[in-house]
Amino acid sequence: MALHRPARVPRPGASAALPLPDFSVKKTGPAMAIVTGQDRVKTLRRALDALGGIGRFISNGDRVLLKVNAAFALPPSLGATTHPALVAELARLCYTAGAAEVIVTDNPINDPQSCFRLTGIARAAETAGARVVVPTDALFEPVTLPGARLIREWPVLLKPFNGVTKLVGIAPVKDHNRSGASMTMKNWYGLLGGARNVFHQDIHTIILELAMLVRPTLVILDGTTTMITNGPTGGSLDDLKQTNTMIVSTDQVAADAFGATLLGRRLTELPFITRAAAAGLGTADFEALRPLRDSVV
Amino acid sequence: MNIVTVRRIAQVFFFALFLWFCIVATVGEKFWQLRGWPVNWFLDLDPLAALGTMLTTRELYGGLLWAVLTVVLTIFLGRVFCGWVCPFGAIQQFVGWLARRGRKHMEKVALNKYNRWQVAKYYLLIALLSAAAVGLISELALLPGRNAALWAAALVLLVAWFAWLVVKRLVGSVRRALSWFVVIVFAWAVVGLVWKPPPVLTQSLQTGLFDPIPLVYRSVNLVLVPLAGGALHGERYYVGAWTIGAVFFGAVFLTLLVPRFYCRFVCPLGAMFGALVRWAPFRIGKRVPQCTDCGLCETDCEGACEPTGKFRVAECVLCFNCVKRCAGAQLVYGTVRSAAGEITSAGVTRRGFLVAAVSGAASVPALRLSGLTARNWPAVLVRPPGALEESEFLDRCIKCGQCMRVCPTNVVQPALLEAGLEGLWTPILNFRIGTSGCQLTCVACSNVCPTGALRPLSLEERLGVGQFEAAGPIRLGTAFIDRGRCLPWAMDAPCLVCQENCPVSPKAIYSRGEFRLIRDGERRVRAATETTIVVDGPELRRGWLGTGEFYLRAMAGDDQARRPIVDNTADSIVVGEDAAWRPPLAPGTPVAIEIYIELPSVDPSKCVGCGVCEHECPVSGLRAIRVTGENATRNKRHSLTARS
Repeated sequence: MALHRPARVPRPGASAALPLPDFSVKKTGPAMAIVTGQDRVKTLRRALDALGGIGRFISNGDRVLLKVNAAFALPPSLGATTHPALVAELARLCYTAGAAEVIVTDNPINDPQSCFRLTGIARAAETAGARVVVPTDALFEPVTLPGARLIREWPVLLKPFNGVTKLVGIAPVKDHNRSGASMTMKNWYGLLGGARNVFHQDIHTIILELAMLVRPTLVILDGTTTMITNGPTGGSLDDLKQTNTMIVSTDQVAADAFGATLLGRRLTELPFITRAAAAGLGTADFEALRPLRDSVV
Repeated sequence: MNIVTVRRIAQVFFFALFLWFCIVATVGEKFWQLRGWPVNWFLDLDPLAALGTMLTTRELYGGLLWAVLTVVLTIFLGRVFCGWVCPFGAIQQFVGWLARRGRKHMEKVALNKYNRWQVAKYYLLIALLSAAAVGLISELALLPGRNAALWAAALVLLVAWFAWLVVKRLVGSVRRALSWFVVIVFAWAVVGLVWKPPPVLTQSLQTGLFDPIPLVYRSVNLVLVPLAGGALHGERYYVGAWTIGAVFFGAVFLTLLVPRFYCRFVCPLGAMFGALVRWAPFRIGKRVPQCTDCGLCETDCEGACEPTGKFRVAECVLCFNCVKRCAGAQLVYGTVRSAAGEITSAGVTRRGFLVAAVSGAASVPALRLSGLTARNWPAVLVRPPGALEESEFLDRCIKCGQCMRVCPTNVVQPALLEAGLEGLWTPILNFRIGTSGCQLTCVACSNVCPTGALRPLSLEERLGVGQFEAAGPIRLGTAFIDRGRCLPWAMDAPCLVCQENCPVSPKAIYSRGEFRLIRDGERRVRAATETTIVVDGPELRRGWLGTGEFYLRAMAGDDQARRPIVDNTADSIVVGEDAAWRPPLAPGTPVAIEIYIELPSVDPSKCVGCGVCEHECPVSGLRAIRVTGENATRNKRHSLTARS
């Protein structure tokens, strides 16, 4: 005989554990490389070399998740999404460093299938042997971030993280009216599901909470071109400016603080950076990290 | 191998091919996606679609040339399409076979007797075609006033025809016929020269409602595929899909009661074939007038064409069950005529023909009196890119649902009554239901359309680049902001999601910033240091003002510059060191807590009506920004902006 069972209420203690592990590589300490050059594959390689090679971050048997920005169903030339060449090169480098698997994912704004196809990310990833995870409802789990005001019982793209040991965020530098800029921290917005657009009412807080939620191994900020106007969608080559800079950093706050200089924005215009720094998630004074600078022709 | 086995193989093959085309109608490059598969092939083979669009437009759209093949085959071989190719026929035949496997021979024979209501399908066909031909008829009536020379030529031909009838003694009373002839010519002249037909006297293509090929396409693509789900297609939603499913499952259910119910009583395409087979050289026939009358031939007769008695040529769907079952091998398919006689007439009476033709022809003008294609056009009617002007669109759309199937974002939806009764199941954009708005980098629907109701666009034309620079992008409508529902406009909540997602460059949605006093924002200082100001008034939510959007401003004194707030408690407000008041504000100073808010607006000269903003708007019920049909490229009379 079936007895009435009360609905299961999650115990407060259970959700207090961090929803995502800290993916940072502790032994390296904060590090940053800034390489100038037009060829993003070359600048990426040089930047990683400057930091001691991909092997410092990716070890044998690692399962690596690359969080790209595939938000819009636009071709890569328009600079609104992560460039496929970077995805392919990074996936390849991870495999040479001994990675067991490389996963590429994002929860885009436009139709997911169209986004992964038109941005060229799907093809680039598959060519390099990485697995593309196109989000479906089943891949999201409700998450409560301890100490957060907004990320409470909110669906987050968690399932693709099962078994993942390293996380790399790859994002372009883009103008963004509401938050001031869309760079590596804003890129984690693509892990949110549900009616996430309500968070635009408090954009700086949600970006701050995302930076609290996600502690990446590395972030790669692609400033080869910078979307100066009409962001974050762009849509025209006129919206882009050639800025020829690649930033690789273990500190997402520092990376974004440098990215702000490419956009010509002051930190006072970007409260999410100053608030993240104040919360101890990184430093807004990127020079304090003594970034390694180089250039390739 | 006997002919029934061959027919079964053909049916399975064509049905599997049809299903395959339904599966691959997905935008993509993989072999199981739309990369060149002729997904419209069964629609192209459909001569009713071809004839219907020819009547309404006097044009034959590309792929429909395939229909000539069907017509030629039918004229020579009989209704081979019905019995061998048609996927909907195959479904009915299979379901009927399942349902009646164990039934007694005599029961089945009784079900396969000709029913006089089978003539209904011919009347339906006549009504649908006459509805499609109204424009042609009114043009013909107007000929004397429009083109006198052509009219004279027509008269000469008529006179010649009349003379031929007289010479051949095909008319009873020459005098009576002559007077009728004169009256008709005179009436034609009067009508043609005097009459001014109202604009509603026009045609509409409604064959797609009952034509089995569009029916089976839309039923499988918009009902069965979404119900099946699966990895290939994910979640798909179609508004009012149940209406499509009700027709489909209703028709399939009826085959449980009567074999091939739809084919026998409803199918206008079958009726069209029935009219074509009258002189077919090849047909089923009985070699001897008297057989044993065992009735085996009619046990599984799909068309109820009575091969045992007087053979009804028009009803035979060439299932060949009779030929296989005939115990005495008396039934054959060939050039011999049935020894027991034939009924070549479909049974359409002159009176019935007139009633069907007149009601069909009158229905469209009656519907158009609602003015939905004129001044009373429905604002919600946003058609897919490439859609023709509404009445031209209705001349071509056969409601097959291919555009809805192929749309990668699922925004192309079957209309219910938004476009009036005529527009049932025609494509309409619904920006709430899909996975995005109508993506600018996509022209799939316009290229899949089998009849050109959506004309094929290139990406260049859609975006208005290259040689289309002067024409500008294709606009589907215009987004309008509902300021009473918009978060920044109505509720002082920063948002700007619509502006962020607007895919046009430069964006059609722009914003203007404004400082607004928040609710209970007028306060007085109770005490203050340089950076912490204690205020009176209702309690403040802790930390609420520290998001980077709020400002504090002294309303008296020389320095009234705004300071960004960095934090707050229930009664104190903190500003940054770099924005400190030196000296601190004096107790009693009036201060204002303000929010900086960006308010969105739409520039109609840039908006293309893609609906991405409507899709993304966080006001999730009735969106605060919505696209309606104003300014759509397809109708200049719906212009919103003054253009040169």
